[in-house]
Amino acid sequence: MRNSSKSLFLSKLLSKNKLVLSGVLVVGGLTIMAIFAPLIAPFNPLAIDVEDALLAPSSAHIFGTDHLGRDLFSRVVFGSRISLSIGFVAVGISVLIGLLIGSVAGYYGSRIDTALMRFVDIMLCFPSFFLILAVIAILEPNIINIMVVIGITSWMGVARLIRAEVLSLKEREFILASKAIGASDLRVIVRHLIPNAIAPVLVSAVLGVAAAVLLESSLSFLGLGVQPPTPSWGNILMEGKASLGVCWWLMFFPGFFILITVLGYNLLGEGLREYFNPKKKIC
Amino acid sequence: MKRYIVKRLISIIPMLLGISIISFCVIHLAPGSPVDSSTTLNPKVSFEAREKLVIQYGLDKPLYVQYLSWLKKITTFDFGRSYIDGQKVINKIASRIPITLLINILSISIVLLIAIPIGVISAVREGSFCDRFLTVFVFVGFAIPGFWLALMLMSFFGITLGWLPIQGITSFDFDSLSIFGKFLDIGRHLIMPVFVSCFGSLAAMSRYMRSSMLEVLHKDYIKTARAKGLSENRVVYKHALRNALLPIITILGLSVPGLIGGSVIVESVFGIPGMGRLFFESVMGRDYPVIMAVLVIGALLTLLGNFLADISYLFADPRIRYEK
Repeated sequence: MRNSSKSLFLSKLLSKNKLVLSGVLVVGGLTIMAIFAPLIAPFNPLAIDVEDALLAPSSAHIFGTDHLGRDLFSRVVFGSRISLSIGFVAVGISVLIGLLIGSVAGYYGSRIDTALMRFVDIMLCFPSFFLILAVIAILEPNIINIMVVIGITSWMGVARLIRAEVLSLKEREFILASKAIGASDLRVIVRHLIPNAIAPVLVSAVLGVAAAVLLESSLSFLGLGVQPPTPSWGNILMEGKASLGVCWWLMFFPGFFILITVLGYNLLGEGLREYFNPKKKIC
Repeated sequence: MKRYIVKRLISIIPMLLGISIISFCVIHLAPGSPVDSSTTLNPKVSFEAREKLVIQYGLDKPLYVQYLSWLKKITTFDFGRSYIDGQKVINKIASRIPITLLINILSISIVLLIAIPIGVISAVREGSFCDRFLTVFVFVGFAIPGFWLALMLMSFFGITLGWLPIQGITSFDFDSLSIFGKFLDIGRHLIMPVFVSCFGSLAAMSRYMRSSMLEVLHKDYIKTARAKGLSENRVVYKHALRNALLPIITILGLSVPGLIGGSVIVESVFGIPGMGRLFFESVMGRDYPVIMAVLVIGALLTLLGNFLADISYLFADPRIRYEK
């Protein structure tokens, strides 16, 4: 029963909403590419072959090769693994922190609420890119640190959303009822409040993946992200910068994939927002 | 009104304190020490010399003592001296800030000039081909990484066509140019950086403008205005636009941190000696006093941006009375 209503929901979502459909296609395609990277990539992304350095795109190397003769297509395909997993984990962390802080602030109210929301205000005032740069440079740039740092600097939006939802939900009768039968605060928050407030969080999480991918690529481009030789779209661009104006393919393809990824997640997010909130149509 | 403004100004102080405490802790609790780069990595420096440096910088004292002495100094705008070249931090920043502000103010103005008409047009003709086209443009604009756009522009306009300079803010022969020539030279160097820093916010801003305009167009007073026979132009530009512009003021205030953060990338790619690049250099060199100063000044600019947005809202919308 539950399953069929879920698939009904999905088919309705996909058939009614072109934005979601196009977003799902792009996101799905990229996810498949990341999961099956070893099968899709024709070459080892780390294999150096100096004789084949800086080749233009051809039938053997469809995206060309870089300054060390590595196949660019394979590097871009493997880069999607790094970029997407950083996006997912960072958003996971930020949603967890946001859920915790937002629900506690909304549920307990009064002083706890004031203190937590002040903290949110302070975090929002940081030029967060500066903060991220500083922390990563100090902690040493590696994949784990990037995930964590992006996560802990981007939870404020989720916290505000959840708090607003919880504030209106907690006055409702079903919450009163569950309290009356003796449910603990934890149970009320986790089992009743958060599930009812999840729609806007889902939307902001999907949009968050796009933002995190963009952030990771900027960091890697500045040399403070994923470190070579591990390929990420940002650091392929950084290495390609040396051949600016000579080898267009080194810059065009990784950037194009960043664009597609961000576009796909944004379409999906906006489509979901429209679905959950039909009054606010996109187009 | 005066009382509200004063109260609002005073509320900036605890925020700034909070920001400085968080930045201070984050930077100082991290493993590694700023003297590392000049000592451990340099075999000629003895252990004693290293200790001397630690004491000279006050890094041996407890964290709260370091913080308080730092705080006491910055009340007189003394941000200390750079660990790297010994220059006064405040002078370093003062020499870098004008160009960053110039680029950001230019791009904000251009964004407003373009985004407001785009938003209005797509809201008024909701669902039309024009609206759809602009929506696609906005989605793509959101998704283009700024540094990638910069690289593509540099390789096309800078290298392939050779029309625009790709690095720095002035040419080699800058000193020999006339005043007009200097002006033109800086202008030519600024075209691409300003374009790149506009691009992302252009998409966002036109989106906000569109949804704000749509919301207003469905209000009752717009129906009233139409019902009493006002021309469509008057309804849109006089009644709707004015009200739709109000939320944009707040959005402008909120976009300050993004602009400041974005300047790191733009300035790094184009080699512009601004605050963003200074921050990047000091982060790479673990120059604590400079990092702290830029973080605090960046936050101060953000808070001032929000403050100005609130105050202009107050003037723009007479329905709001903060005084109660």
